[in-house]
Amino acid sequence: MASRWDFMSISTPELGSLALSALMAVAAGLIGSFAVMRRMVLAADPMSHIALPGIGIALILGVNPFWGALALLLLGAVLIWAVERRMRIATETVIGVTFAVALAVGSIITTGEELIDALLGRPGTLTWREAGFGIVGSLIVIAFVLRRRNALVVRLVSPEIALTSAVDVARLDLQFLLAFALTIGLGLRFLGVLLMGSLIIIPAAIARRFARGLGTMLTLSVAVAVGATAAGTYAASLAGRPSGPFIVMVAGGLFFLSLLRRRET
Amino acid sequence: MGVRLGGTDVIQDVTFAVPRATCLAVIGPNGAGKTVLLRALIGALPHTGTVAWAADTVLGYVPQKLDIERDLPLNGHDFLRARAALAGSSGSMQAEALRSVGLAEKVLSTPIGNMSGGQFQRLLIAFALLGRPNVLLLDEPAAGVDAPGQAQLNEVIHGLQETRAMTVLLVSHDLSVVYRYADYVLCLGQHGACFGPPRSALTPETLYEVYGQPVGFHVHQHS
Repeated sequence: MASRWDFMSISTPELGSLALSALMAVAAGLIGSFAVMRRMVLAADPMSHIALPGIGIALILGVNPFWGALALLLLGAVLIWAVERRMRIATETVIGVTFAVALAVGSIITTGEELIDALLGRPGTLTWREAGFGIVGSLIVIAFVLRRRNALVVRLVSPEIALTSAVDVARLDLQFLLAFALTIGLGLRFLGVLLMGSLIIIPAAIARRFARGLGTMLTLSVAVAVGATAAGTYAASLAGRPSGPFIVMVAGGLFFLSLLRRRET
Repeated sequence: MGVRLGGTDVIQDVTFAVPRATCLAVIGPNGAGKTVLLRALIGALPHTGTVAWAADTVLGYVPQKLDIERDLPLNGHDFLRARAALAGSSGSMQAEALRSVGLAEKVLSTPIGNMSGGQFQRLLIAFALLGRPNVLLLDEPAAGVDAPGQAQLNEVIHGLQETRAMTVLLVSHDLSVVYRYADYVLCLGQHGACFGPPRSALTPETLYEVYGQPVGFHVHQHS
């Protein structure tokens, strides 16, 4: 039992899945930083609900539920973007309403066990295709945030300033929402969509309490996300339980610890 | 030009022209559409009619007082660096922009939500300068800034217009600023708009028209 976590004896697939979850945590920490700065904290949770009807539809069609969930997440991102542009109401309102409906539909067409798996993650070995998607998807999100961080910063301060800084605000917003949806999709297999929302938001919320600049914000957020993922996975393996809830408990615990420190301003 | 928002004509039949390197002040009561006008001019809002800029126009925009959360983890460096990277401008340009607006380099390590009103407005102007604009649109740049800070900001803006031959479009509530710095004034009011040099456009009668009530104002003679 103890030898299992002896580094030398970790088998290649385990090492691979550890690397994959670390990569996903980096993506979550980065996209979460901007989501938190853009006050999208409450959006992550309802947004993840739209994966459910996708899972249901995929099962009806006999496709891997993962792809169904991902397709609907991305579709949901486009939907939010379009509604927000037309009606000029806050993203959170649109997301909240849309995905409450999605949850209702999803719970009708998905069976109980699959629902729990999708929400909380399913342990077990990944297929090569799933692992490959996890790596590529994480790298896309990481590259997007790092490459477009300047435009994201300016957009965040003021959309009008972004417009006069040659930033295509509508396109950037769509890309951001797609990256956000993709990140939730990434976690579907490991953490479950519900918990992935927490891994996006909690580390960034902790980082925000300490950071006084963008560099610190991004670094801290990534560090907490990766740290919580590693510690949670380890604790789960000791307890012989799925890792998702443990990862979120570690992250949540760190958040409450961070509340002890009063912010100097 | 005109702007229609949510079924209401916010701006109707407004016509004006601003020659290069001059300053146009936009005045009018709250809700007259001053901010809407600037936002339409930068392309953030759809409008009717035509807006024609000179071919080489590069716009810089300084928005009305932004509501930045105090704990937003972005400091002045992050903000200016982002603009510099987008515009491909150099470090020396940043130093020059800071000098133009009279902002000390050390202020930049402060989170932007913690800056004073005057500091943040200067930062916004420096930010706009990094895009190498020749037209600067400012929406009440002195709002929320204390009196000495307002005077300094007005000097900064006027200085930019003189030294960099910039065209300035300025929304202002301060009629003394309008008289002192503006070459032209555009007043937006409930009963149409007026346009012209301040001394001929701003008579007690037109001010009454624009604001819908008598506006007591004494014109100082500046040498």
